[in-house]
Amino acid sequence: MSATTADSWSSSAAEPKAPTGRRGHRDKPQKWGSPFTYFVALLFIGACVAPVIYIVLGGFRTNSQITTNPAALPQPWVFSNYAAVLRSVTFWGEFANSVIVALASTVGTVILGLMVSFVIARYDFKLKGAMYSLFAAGLMFPLVIAITPLYIVVKDLGLLDNLFGVIIPQIAFGLPMTVIILVPFLKAIPNELEEAAAIDGASRLGFFVRMVIPLSLPGVVTVGILGFVNSWNNYVLPLYILNSQANFTLPLGVQAFSSQYSVDTAKVLAFTSLAMLPALIFFSVFERRIVGGLTGAVKG
Amino acid sequence: MSDTLGTDPATGRQSQGTPRVGGAAVAALPTSARAAARRRGRAKMRLEIALLSGPAIIMFLAFVIFPIALAAYYGFYRWHGYGPPTDWVGLNNYKLILTDPAFHEVLWHTGLVLVLSLVIQGPLAVVLALLLNQKIRGRSVIRVLIFAPYIISEVIVGTGWGLMLQSSGAVNDLLHHLGLGFLQAEWLSNSKLAIWTLMAIITWKYIGFAVILMLAGLQSIPDELFEAAQIDGASYWQIQRRITLPLLAPTIRIWAFLSIIGSLQLFDLVYIIWGPYVASTAGTSTMAIYMVAQGRNAGNYGYGSAIAVVMFLISLVVALIYQRFVLRRDLQGAVTEGANR
Repeated sequence: MSATTADSWSSSAAEPKAPTGRRGHRDKPQKWGSPFTYFVALLFIGACVAPVIYIVLGGFRTNSQITTNPAALPQPWVFSNYAAVLRSVTFWGEFANSVIVALASTVGTVILGLMVSFVIARYDFKLKGAMYSLFAAGLMFPLVIAITPLYIVVKDLGLLDNLFGVIIPQIAFGLPMTVIILVPFLKAIPNELEEAAAIDGASRLGFFVRMVIPLSLPGVVTVGILGFVNSWNNYVLPLYILNSQANFTLPLGVQAFSSQYSVDTAKVLAFTSLAMLPALIFFSVFERRIVGGLTGAVKG
Repeated sequence: MSDTLGTDPATGRQSQGTPRVGGAAVAALPTSARAAARRRGRAKMRLEIALLSGPAIIMFLAFVIFPIALAAYYGFYRWHGYGPPTDWVGLNNYKLILTDPAFHEVLWHTGLVLVLSLVIQGPLAVVLALLLNQKIRGRSVIRVLIFAPYIISEVIVGTGWGLMLQSSGAVNDLLHHLGLGFLQAEWLSNSKLAIWTLMAIITWKYIGFAVILMLAGLQSIPDELFEAAQIDGASYWQIQRRITLPLLAPTIRIWAFLSIIGSLQLFDLVYIIWGPYVASTAGTSTMAIYMVAQGRNAGNYGYGSAIAVVMFLISLVVALIYQRFVLRRDLQGAVTEGANR
């Protein structure tokens, strides 16, 4: 529902000059401060983006450039930092680990979350309210609080320094958000569809596989993207679970790299920008869904 | 066919949510056979429920609930992480927390971050959202750009800002070039300043999320209300104060809730920029930092677990109070009755 409100915001931005007579009234308050609005918007955007640009541009400079003139443009542009990072086995190894962990966590969260959300949304039984409350309350249990015992549980399972030791808890901690986003989605599927499927001889499980999964795809995509970005950025759990550099994910890699090469600021900046690039690209492609999903989750 | 699915022919009552498994076939059978089929249907339904919800519930209990319960258990022991805990100390760890000046300090910092986040980000986000909600060009681009800091991981934000805020870093250099050299400072190590530096970084990272949220909230207010108010001669500021803000209140309340929960568990940024030891001298250490410093770094797992329990209880109490008294109208009781809609 809020995905549509988010959409309407951008779609109305896409056609700002639609020549409707009624618009005249609506535009009245805008007359008051259009240049001012643009000015504030630019200032705001500048404040948000400048540090990111600094990190990216810093990777194109040399250390001596950064030392003598910390806040300046590359002069001349140097590509060796980025080239060195892109050639390094460490970076690509950590990149691959991050991808594996994020994909596996996302797929796991979506599959388990979809199954349990289907039960909560479309079956009637005594404990379903309790089941929903259990997951909803999970939103209040941040990973940080449980990290020490979680570490011990993972250790007892023999999954220390193993990517599964990160993936499995991430799936578990991703479930609350998934359930809260997906349950309304699944509830919104009209009963008539289920009845029609039943008349055609489909069991409820058949209905789940053949109708529910395709119909809930928008919600699933939203949940999947959120799960992916959360996993991509997760720091605490890998910090506890993964010890050897070969198993590091990118956040750990960034930290290790920046303490290992603390004198080579330019290379640290190059490494950092390459590490944030995937999340940024991912985000700009799926921006509408992420925003819709977040606001949707928040607004229930 | 009059015996449609979901209608119990015996009572003629429309049973909205009761099991409909095999309803059409059941309706055609004589009563006793129908009851048997319904029992079979119910057993089948139970099996389906178990199969579909089992894996998620087991995962959730094993890796979310169980560790928290475990933390509560370890909190009663003096334990250094080797072998099973044996040195039962009862509530001693908790008594220690009450008298531990270091804990009081991190509690104070966390509380400060919590309050300052609300006070700084809230009004700023509302004002920015009101401004950006006007019909200006390129709003979707704006939305992507202001959201970027939120998407970037805390580690990267911390690393980048850490470099920029060093005493010989970009921020001080920029101030120098702008002729504002007198503003140069030890942003990270000055213990009077560091918490404000942290607040600035937090604001930078999370304000985009708040603004986006408020914008979505503003969009759900029907245009007709503004038009009606304009026709009645209300000024721009009157409209904002009397119509927009009250209707935006649910969004603001939910944002505030998320912000509070986020502040209570603040960890990554501080850990990356200051590290657990410098953070305590710089005055930016949070509860989560202290917990990790005690548990993982100092090996006092029992005491660390007790701190985790205290953090958890604080979060829980705040969440319950907030949900009971503030959010009740907005969430339709997501935690208490959301499934009964």
